[in-house]
This record gives sequence, structure tokens and C-alpha cells, in this order.
Amino acid sequence: MSSAIARAAVRGRHGAQDSPMADARERQSHRDRLLRWGAPVLIAGLALIAWELVVWWNQIPHYILPSPSLVLQSLVRDWGTLSASLLMTLQITFLALAVAIVGGVGLAVLFSLSKWVEFSLFPFAVVLQVTPIVAIAPLILIYVDSTYAALLICAWIVAFFPILANTTLGLNSADHNLQSLFELYGATRWQTMRFLRLPAAMPYFLGGLKIAGGLALIGAIVAEFAAGTAGAGSGLAYRILEAGYRLNIPRMFAALLLISLTGIAIFLTLSLLSHLLLRKWHESALEREK
Amino acid sequence: MVEASLAAPPLAAKPTLVELQGVNKTFANGTVALENLNLAVGEHAFISLLGPSGCGKSTALRIVAGLAGASAGRIVWNGNVEIGDIGFVFQEPTLMPWATAFDNVYLPLRLQRMSRGAVEERVLEALDLVGLVDFAKAYPRELSGGMKMRVSIARALVTRPKVLLMDEPFAALDEITRFKLNNDLLDLWRSRRFTVVFVTHSVFESVYLSERILVMATRPGRVVDEIDVTAPYPRDDAFRTSQAYNDWCRLASAALKRAMGEA
Repeated sequence: MSSAIARAAVRGRHGAQDSPMADARERQSHRDRLLRWGAPVLIAGLALIAWELVVWWNQIPHYILPSPSLVLQSLVRDWGTLSASLLMTLQITFLALAVAIVGGVGLAVLFSLSKWVEFSLFPFAVVLQVTPIVAIAPLILIYVDSTYAALLICAWIVAFFPILANTTLGLNSADHNLQSLFELYGATRWQTMRFLRLPAAMPYFLGGLKIAGGLALIGAIVAEFAAGTAGAGSGLAYRILEAGYRLNIPRMFAALLLISLTGIAIFLTLSLLSHLLLRKWHESALEREK
Repeated sequence: MVEASLAAPPLAAKPTLVELQGVNKTFANGTVALENLNLAVGEHAFISLLGPSGCGKSTALRIVAGLAGASAGRIVWNGNVEIGDIGFVFQEPTLMPWATAFDNVYLPLRLQRMSRGAVEERVLEALDLVGLVDFAKAYPRELSGGMKMRVSIARALVTRPKVLLMDEPFAALDEITRFKLNNDLLDLWRSRRFTVVFVTHSVFESVYLSERILVMATRPGRVVDEIDVTAPYPRDDAFRTSQAYNDWCRLASAALKRAMGEA
């Protein structure tokens, strides 16, 4: 008798299993999403509140550590100057990134077509990469008349290498049997490039692009620090230097905040681009089956 | 040469399509992959190269395809060979993961600058031959291992080749899928009248499929035995369980064992 009840209870549980399970999974994924965005926002909020309280409690002067609210005030008050600087920095970053893409991919294609070109030029690309940009920025500023062009060159130098290196690797990693197949069907070099090697290099290129996006911003900022100490410049780095000279620490923080937000925005944009381009076929963009 | 003790009428002589004459292949590192390899492939024939791994059977296939050069010897084709006359199927499906099944099959025609619109029918027909016309828009990752191999075969057939070179195409598939594809390949071969050179290390597969088995020995790779499997076509699952099939398998196994003993 009792066993019959137990069996019925088991059956009841099993019978009702389907939809609650699916519901639970749905709820779980919803919770995951909430956690993914909610948790960092919560932590950041708590940290800001703690910061505000510490400054207020200890009456720390604003020229040493401004409170978050003061930074925000400064951001709003100085928006006119800061937004112009932000625009300038963005311009340099994206222009440098664009030139790095064209140059990096173009050179990678050349490298993969000719060992001669690769062997003669690759060492110089490495030299450009390993020389700290802070060390050569002052020189570039001396030799290039226009500050704008000098900043662009500096940002380009740091952004260009990851694209070149990754794209070269990608172009050379096309499946060998597919290459044989192209040969079998009498494909021209250009056809092999267009239909096989470039698509195969796409995930590698996008990986390099993600790194290069951040580096272009860093290059633009670092170069402007070098330029700013020489008294020229109007980007965000210059605003930081200028505010530092004037002990306007809240504005320094405001400029810093803008730089961070720009970096995050660049990363998210490039991640989204990568996802959109690869979602149909590449492992990195596919949900793993469970 | 093992003359079939289960002697059936000898194969009707088929005009030769391609012949390897005294082919040697030495790799740059000094490895002798092939030595004095002679083989003739008749038109519309189904020939298997059977041998242990490392016996150079894949190399021989690549030489026939023109994907590798011979160090010595000649490859003689009866008549002109044009691009598209040779189809090649690898052990892996070797599909472009970024392209749909349709675009993968379209590739050989695209490389010959035929526009998509002009050959759409042909591509769909090739997909239809392997039973995948409904999956034209699917990406390789959405297909099973067997289906991917079918797409690979469709791609090789889309140019209507004279000869289909297959390099252990079904070795990575599960047995049920392999049997099914064996049957489908035989149907295609009989209906489309192309020639097949099939590389395998499976005695059972070579007996089931081919008219003639060339047994290869290793280091250096060479043909040491020829077995004519005279069992009639169509061969089907009944053949797979028949006594005759068993006898052919025993014969081929013995030849393979001898070949490996010689190595």
C-alpha cells in the first residue's frame, strides 16, 4: 500500500517534469544574465558609495582625492572642453585603427604571397612593435611637423602589429587539403586568397583587431602625453596634464573616466562585430551544445 | 599475382584511362615513399589501393591527381585531362566552414568562373545525387559526419569528373554510416559511369566495393599483389554476409599479411 503511494508520487513527479524543467532552465538563464550585468554594477555602485563616504568622513581635500559626485559635477561643468578633447582622441584612435587595418591586412597579404617580402620586412615590423612607444614618441614629434600627424603615427605603430601578426598567421592556417583542392581545380593565386585564405584568416584578424582597438587608444593617449609635455595637444591626455598642472584633480578624474569608457566602448563594439561576422560558423561564436 | 581460386570469368578488358609507369617518389628528407610503382586504371573501373598505413597509397593518389610530382616515372592519361576531370575526396570532409553546403559544392565551378545563376541547377543536382538537396543552405557545423562526407562527394561530382580519387573517405565514420555510404557510392558509380580509385586500409571495404584490389607493401611503397574481385554487381547487404564475400576477404587478408611480412 505504502509502496503504491510512493510509486504514484514518483510517477506524479515524472509526469509533471517536462514543463517545469524547461521553465527552470529558462529562469536559470535569466538569472545568469541578470547576474552577469547586475553583479558588476552592484559592486561598482558599492565601491562608489564607499569612496564617497571615505572622502566625506575623513574630509579629504578635493585636490588630493575628489569624491565621485565632485568628479561627476566636474564632468558636467567642463563638458564643453572635455567633449572637444574626447572627439579629438576618438578621431586619432579610429583613424589610426583604420590605417592599421588597411596596412596590417595589406602587408599580411603581401607577406603570404611572397616569402621574399616577408623575410625582408617582418623584422622591421617586430622592431616597431618592441620599441616602447613612450620612447620614440618625442622623436616622432620632433621630426613630424604636424602634431596631429605625429599622434596618428604613434597610435598606428602600436595598433598595427597585432593585426599584421594575427592576419599573417590566419592566412597561413588555411586547411592544407582545401589548398590542394583549390590547386586541383586550377585556382589562381587571387582566387585562393579571395575564397580560401582571407575567410580562413577572418577569426584571427578579428582577434587581432580586438587587441589593436585598445592599443590604438593607448597609443593615442601615450603619444599625446609626450606631445602635451611639449605644450601641444588638445586631446584627453592633454586635459589630464593640464588639469594636473592646475591641481584640478576632479577634472583629471573626469578625463580619466572618459578614456576608460572609450576603451570599454571600443572593446564591446569590436566584440559585437566579431560575433556578428563569425556567428554562422566559427567555434568561438557558437553556443556549446549541452 | 593471386589468381582467384574462386575463379569467375575474367574481367572484360577496359580501355586504360590512366597508367602509372615505374613511378618513384622520394621526399626531400630522403624517405622513399614509392618505388617502381606500376598500375593501370581502366575506364569505368573501380580500383582499390589496399595497404598498411605509410605504404604510400595516399601519395600515389596525389600523384595521379597531379597534386604531387613523381621523382621518376611517367603518368600517362588516355586522352586529355582537363580541370574538373578529376574529383578528389579526402579522409576528412574538408569543407569550408564559412560556406553553406551549396557554396561548398559550387566551389569547383566558381573557380572556373561560372556564375552562380548559370550553374545553380548543376549544384543542386549534385546535392540531390547524395540526397542532401534539402540541406543546401546548411552550414557544415549543422551537418553530421556522414552528411558532411556526402557534401564532399557532391563537390567532387559537380564537375562530372572522369575519375574520382578517394583517400580513405569513410575511415572516420561509424560503421552504419560507412555501410550506407558504401552502397550509395556503388549506386553512383554504376549510374554515373565514372572511374574510382579508392584508397583504404580496410580489407572488408575494398572487397565490398572494388572490381580489382591492388595490394601495396610498405617502405618503399609498391604494388605486390592484384586481386580481381569478380563477384557481380549490384552488391548489397546480402553480399556482405555471403560466403563468397567471406572468401574474398580471406584472400585479400592473406595477401595483405604477405605484403606486410615482406616489409
